[in-house]
Amino acid sequence: MTTIAPEESALEAVFDATVAADERIEPRDWMPDAYRSTLIRQIAQHAHSEIIGMQPEANWITRAPSLRRKAILMAKVQDEAGHGLYLYSSAETLGTSRDELLDKLHTGRQKYSSIFNYPTLTWADVGAIGWLVDGAAITNQVPLCRCSYGPYARAMVRICKEESFHQRQGYELLLALSRGTEAQHAMAQDAVDRWWWPSLMMFGPPDDESAHSAQSMAWKIKRHSNDELRQRFVDICVPQAEALGLTLPDPDLSWNEERGHYDFGPIDWTEFWEVLKGNGPCNAQRITRRRRAHEDGAWVREAAAAHAAKHGKADR
Amino acid sequence: MTTPRPADAPAAPAARPAEWPLWEVFVRSRRGLAHTHAGSLHAPDAAMALRNARDLYTRRSEGVSIWVVPSAQVTASSPDEKDTFFEPAGDKPYRHPTFYEIPDGVHHL
Amino acid sequence: MTNLTRTPALALGDDALILSHRLGEWAGHAPVLEEEVALANIALDLLGQARILLSLAGDEDELAYLREERQFCNVQLVEQPNGDFAHTIARQLYFSLYQQLLFDHLATGGSELAPLAAKAVKETAYHRDHAEQWTLRLGDGTDESHTRMQRGLDALWRFTGELFEPVDALDAPWQTLRDEWTTRLTTVLERATLTVPQGPQHGAWTAGAGRQGLHTEPFGRMLAEMQHLHRSHPGATW
Repeated sequence: MTTIAPEESALEAVFDATVAADERIEPRDWMPDAYRSTLIRQIAQHAHSEIIGMQPEANWITRAPSLRRKAILMAKVQDEAGHGLYLYSSAETLGTSRDELLDKLHTGRQKYSSIFNYPTLTWADVGAIGWLVDGAAITNQVPLCRCSYGPYARAMVRICKEESFHQRQGYELLLALSRGTEAQHAMAQDAVDRWWWPSLMMFGPPDDESAHSAQSMAWKIKRHSNDELRQRFVDICVPQAEALGLTLPDPDLSWNEERGHYDFGPIDWTEFWEVLKGNGPCNAQRITRRRRAHEDGAWVREAAAAHAAKHGKADR
Repeated sequence: MTTPRPADAPAAPAARPAEWPLWEVFVRSRRGLAHTHAGSLHAPDAAMALRNARDLYTRRSEGVSIWVVPSAQVTASSPDEKDTFFEPAGDKPYRHPTFYEIPDGVHHL
Repeated sequence: MTNLTRTPALALGDDALILSHRLGEWAGHAPVLEEEVALANIALDLLGQARILLSLAGDEDELAYLREERQFCNVQLVEQPNGDFAHTIARQLYFSLYQQLLFDHLATGGSELAPLAAKAVKETAYHRDHAEQWTLRLGDGTDESHTRMQRGLDALWRFTGELFEPVDALDAPWQTLRDEWTTRLTTVLERATLTVPQGPQHGAWTAGAGRQGLHTEPFGRMLAEMQHLHRSHPGATW
């Protein structure tokens, strides 16, 4: 595959024009190498977040306090596996494989969202994750339904549609606790206190420190800046917290008439970078468990492959 | 560059020994409609691919019928040939009913 | 809870409830993502069945969370820990085959369980198919998977006799069901190059004991985990 420079620039012009016209890039189209690798990294990180994100919530499946809640939680964790799967599939259209991506996750060469390195200490955390973490994720994801890469955008459409229940169930769960006994109310408040700031960090570092933002915006694989989305999220959450009868743990939170937005206090970015570096409360635990599930399953995957090799023709 | 490759398949498959092949899933959402592409998944064989597709792509009652096709069996047109493939159809407006002018008051045409 | 009547709905509801719980423990541990989704589907079907059946017997949450171990009347098979994937598949195969045959029978009868059985039998047929597909692949896959699958079948064999012990007030042709179960199981295992275990289908002193409220050691631990939160907040709603 020898490409001479003039051809490359012509291809790039077509690519640029397609993106500029808000049309989608499809798998077999020519695309700049950096676009491909950035997308693979972004989609993989997103997929990894879905499957690592199963853990903190699955932690409560066996202890769910009512059968209704148990069914909801199982269905939600199942959706996350499904969403991981959709996303790995869309990354695979870019010329990588799921195995390769999982390997990078297991060896720490690709990341997942740091939020899942926080522990779920009480049942109320399941609610806080649904309301705040899924809420932040949805704020991030809805614009990606219009992302320039077709398979990713299509996966996001499906995911956003399916996820609409995730946030609602979390909110409803917290509402039941908030209106429940004193102990339940306290449990809900404690969970919101612990998850609020990490949720705000989910939008990534401030715009002036964000490494990949400008290029990603130009390529339309990111459609709004980190700070813009974070502000949108805060504005949405404040009235929702009031309706819940719970407070958000930020004394600086106040309505700014002039900006038409809520002002909020400074985020502890030291904590963010520390967790990202691997010093969060659950980094090691999450990845160890993930790796073990994969290793424990190796013989199963091999067995099915061996069976297919023996019987492949007969099964069709 | 001209080898036919599946539409959404890896450009350079990085196959490992144990990785199950990729399958494309098509779902008929209700009777009377055509199967449309829903996504893909991994499975060791056709029977499992069908079951995985059922579990994954119809868990919210999205379908009444499923096809699975090994991704490697899809032959796709190449974007490089887009012009030769699709442009010639662009200058034949007489294939469309709107090409023809019909006097006012004439119905059922 | 006191004054509990052991009804067929309660027995079958407990089977579904406890097996669903065990399958729920797989979340995040499945051998491949596609299987996460499959196992969760089965767990959710069973939980749905459990909720309908327990509601026929009383309040679903009171029954699930406030009964003592000895008041549960599920068969011991469903409370057995997951083990490896082959062990879980062996448990699924034994149970879903039984459940499909029983529900098939109940669906055509006139009992209060008929509507539930008619709906659930379709789910159960899928569960049985899932277990069979995996039994074939593990049995006739690699040497390791064959060994593990046979080991799972052997280990759980002694819990299979209880499946066909008559349930109080449940009219079913138990011996016919048992024969049919054995025939179908044999067919699957032969196709999978596995052998039907030879040992006794009952433990030494536990014949039919699960239905009477006598359970195995792992069950108490499982219940402690399942009930802890609910019991820590008496009277609370969730």
